[in-house]
Amino acid sequence: MMDRELKNLEFQSRIDRDEKIEAKDWMPEEYRKTLIRQIGQHAHSEIVGMLPEGNWITRAPSLRRKAILLSKVQDEAGHGLYLYSAAETLGIERDTMIEELHSGKAKYSSIFNYPTISWADMGAIGWLVDGAAIVNQVALCRTSYGPYSRSMVKICKEESFHQRQGFEIMLQLCKGSSEQKAMAQDALNRWWWPSLMMFGPSDKDSPNTAQSMAWRVKRFTNDELRQKFVDMTVPQAEILGITIPDEKLKWNDEKGQYDFGEINWEEFYSVVKGNGPCNKQRIHARKKAHEEGQWVRDAALAHAEKRSKKIA
Amino acid sequence: MSLKNYTLFLADTSLILGQRLGEWCGHGPVLEQDIALTNIALDYVGRARLLYQYVSELDANGKSEDNYAMMREEREFKNLLLVEHPNIDFGFTVARQFLIDAFFVPYLEELSKSKNERLSHIADKALKESQYHLRWSSEWMIRLGDGTEESHKRIQSAVNSLWEFSGELFSPVPYEKEMLLEGIAPDVENILTRWNQSVNSVFSEATIIKPKDSWFQKGGKEGVHTEHLGYILSDMQYLQRTYPGQDW
Amino acid sequence: MKNWPLYEVFIRSKNGLDHKHVGSLHASDPQMAIENARDVYSRRMEGVSIWVVESIHITASDPKETSAFFEPAEDKVYRHPTFYNLPDELEHM
Repeated sequence: MMDRELKNLEFQSRIDRDEKIEAKDWMPEEYRKTLIRQIGQHAHSEIVGMLPEGNWITRAPSLRRKAILLSKVQDEAGHGLYLYSAAETLGIERDTMIEELHSGKAKYSSIFNYPTISWADMGAIGWLVDGAAIVNQVALCRTSYGPYSRSMVKICKEESFHQRQGFEIMLQLCKGSSEQKAMAQDALNRWWWPSLMMFGPSDKDSPNTAQSMAWRVKRFTNDELRQKFVDMTVPQAEILGITIPDEKLKWNDEKGQYDFGEINWEEFYSVVKGNGPCNKQRIHARKKAHEEGQWVRDAALAHAEKRSKKIA
Repeated sequence: MSLKNYTLFLADTSLILGQRLGEWCGHGPVLEQDIALTNIALDYVGRARLLYQYVSELDANGKSEDNYAMMREEREFKNLLLVEHPNIDFGFTVARQFLIDAFFVPYLEELSKSKNERLSHIADKALKESQYHLRWSSEWMIRLGDGTEESHKRIQSAVNSLWEFSGELFSPVPYEKEMLLEGIAPDVENILTRWNQSVNSVFSEATIIKPKDSWFQKGGKEGVHTEHLGYILSDMQYLQRTYPGQDW
Repeated sequence: MKNWPLYEVFIRSKNGLDHKHVGSLHASDPQMAIENARDVYSRRMEGVSIWVVESIHITASDPKETSAFFEPAEDKVYRHPTFYNLPDELEHM
């Protein structure tokens, strides 16, 4: 047997014993690449995800909401940072990842390519988008790569307030005037399907899933997680008294879960390819911030060098 | 009435600065500093809330903090002109922050000794925040001033542009004077000395030239603002104005 | 120009406990690294003390040598208090 094959087998048996893999451990090149891609994508999603909500910080309807929204969007920056840190342990620099985001080589969650056009969208994002993200992330807390798993644990702990504040916004609107309730319903109509799309392509069209599951990078398939999210969310919509925009949504007694309609996969792939309503604006905003920050980053470094020379 | 106006001056100044800093969230020059800027924004929004809550108690008319933030007009806002200045770039934001932090640290120290217990209590809490802000903004003044040629040019020009708004910090309006006489507000004369010390020492380390005092803009504390404030308010108050009387 | 260096962050969550590694961040100098750590890693009162060290200054043991490093301690069970059989009457030892 070749040395490499032997190593691969040994690696797989470590995974099968549920051992965590740490940064300096030997790992198959493909495992490393998969992780860099997945963690990077995850980090980018946090950072790009700041934009649609950041859009409402100056317009939050009360000071309490403004403070909550600020700290929530700030958490996303923090989470992006934890994740970039985790990816950096695999030997890639944050700047390289950022370049890949800007050039379009790296992806991020398509949900953030939808516009936030009313205050209720802050509610819907917290409730549905963070809700979906939590389902995903709780599963990832047990991922096989140590630094990734530890970041996920920290993120899950911090994110638990995100979904609650979103639901609270929705609840307040649903208890409010007819205009407010209509605002909430409209937001649910627009965010429901994109939220389901967050779990990625259906298992039969997800070629990477099998390997990721074997490596325990992923612990559940896309469809399993999507189902879990639907089952969790339908009763919450009932509490709010608003209607999920899916005529096929129905409790299935036999399966003990909800049946739901087919996702518009054409829309899904078209947004992934860059044709969503805000793909261009999002990347433009990120690039602008990065480019306009260049002189600041340069200045800090230049000053640090001057100072260390003075001391030396 | 003077106590209310004085508290509104502090509250409005905090809110408008928090609002401006909040604009950075998601657009900072580097992730770590994006987070730092939002922390400062949050401190100011928090401070504004405590102060509006106090105003509401003074008024005793059942109005909430949001009523003061969201339902007053430009002419009723009493914030300093300096804080409504647009962010422009990171250099302007740092310079604006430094000028105000160098003011607030000694000011809040004095205010925490105020005869008014409520204000003294709020000042006590705010002081700790401002001490940290001052550290952050001083260090950035120095990094940018004594960084690259470009950063030096930018921070110097920010200081030059903002300088005309710094005089308002130290020119008391009637309600402040009254509060000073009652032992509630600090004497800005004394604050000025300490402010100058901070400014001189940081500018010198940052190789920034202090602009000559010529003409200072005033009016914010009495509700006469720059054209920027109207836009800030139309953004900030939009939902409450469009759907009056709703809970959010 | 090059990037800000990477720093590792260690936080003491309360007095009496060790500093624990919590993650990393970028900063242009150690002072900024401490402040960034405060802003990034202690937003929820996670700490009372922070250490930062530039990542390149950490020397780590090599996982390839794990067995040579750590397995020799495995059979030295006499280092653990539970190795010793003592009469039950003997309390607190």
